[in-house]
Amino acid sequence: MFSLLTEQLSLWVIPIILLLVPIVGYFRRVKVYEAFVEGASEGFHTAIRIMPFLVAMMVAINIFRLSGAMDVWVDGLKPILEFYGVPAELVPLAIMRPLSGTGALGITTEILNTHGPDSMLGRIASTVLGSTDTTFYILTVYFGAIGITKPRYSVFVGLLGDLIGFVGSIYICTKLFN
Amino acid sequence: MINLIWLFLMVTGILYAGWQGRIEVVTQGAISAAEGAVGLSFKLIGVMCLWLGVMKIAELAGIIRFFSKILSPLICFLFPSVPKNHPAMGAIIMVLSANMLGLGNAVTPLGIKAMQELQSINKEKEKASDAMCTLLALCTAGFTLVPATIIAIRSAAGSINPTEIVGATLIVSLGATMSVIIADRLCRIYYQIRVRR
Repeated sequence: MFSLLTEQLSLWVIPIILLLVPIVGYFRRVKVYEAFVEGASEGFHTAIRIMPFLVAMMVAINIFRLSGAMDVWVDGLKPILEFYGVPAELVPLAIMRPLSGTGALGITTEILNTHGPDSMLGRIASTVLGSTDTTFYILTVYFGAIGITKPRYSVFVGLLGDLIGFVGSIYICTKLFN
Repeated sequence: MINLIWLFLMVTGILYAGWQGRIEVVTQGAISAAEGAVGLSFKLIGVMCLWLGVMKIAELAGIIRFFSKILSPLICFLFPSVPKNHPAMGAIIMVLSANMLGLGNAVTPLGIKAMQELQSINKEKEKASDAMCTLLALCTAGFTLVPATIIAIRSAAGSINPTEIVGATLIVSLGATMSVIIADRLCRIYYQIRVRR
């Protein structure tokens, strides 16, 4: 029941917004088509402004990943994190999560396929993915679009949020599904 | 900090690849990532136009003003530096709701829109303001009611109950969001004290 509800909700939200906003607009005497075009015309410029920031960040992250330097960190952190009760299989996800959204999705899919989505590892990995976000992507895109080069303490706060999400997922899942 | 992280990723990656005798990976990786970044920005153009267009209708119809009025106490508490009735307020509400509803690609355009509004009241244009840091913290904590992507990959992997993790993600992301709000406040106070000295 709940499963069906959330599934339907995620399917319907965007169409409903796309339906309701123009209808309400029309009755409030907005020239809906003209207004849409006016708003949309800003889109191109903004997306282009993000490009250099995105290139800088994605190049660095890709080199870090492909060179194998990331795996060294993962292997180095494994024993330390395992000591604190973090399953070794989840360590790559913890490192990848803030760096790359597609990368983290790939790791999670792999965990789900090898250990099963209803195993404890599968549940924890799903929860990690659902309760954190790609901090570096958001930082790059949001601040890049307005030309912010000094993000001050927000990098620290963003990564702290990811860490809490990761540790919290392990804790809550082991409590909830036992 | 961002400079150090960037330098760290580049330097450790290149040196390690060199040490492992796989230096060609660096060149290939750098070029393919640079091209990928451009591809990603181009993909963003479409969704940016779509959601900014819808936003404009919502703005002119007074829908955004309506929501800002209802939610203004909360936003004023989280963003004390944003003046009441400033358009930034409506934009912030739109990102946070899109985030909560898990609207995926709508979040980025709305987030950028909110950042642009905040930039208009920012004094130092290349430095993130307090309000920008708070908004970024809230977005990176990623509070979502329905994590649609995860439910999808779970059912694709053959889960008996793909949505059973929704309760857990809600608790965890709520906890993470609250911690991030507190951390952001503490950092803000710390920076204010340091600047005054």
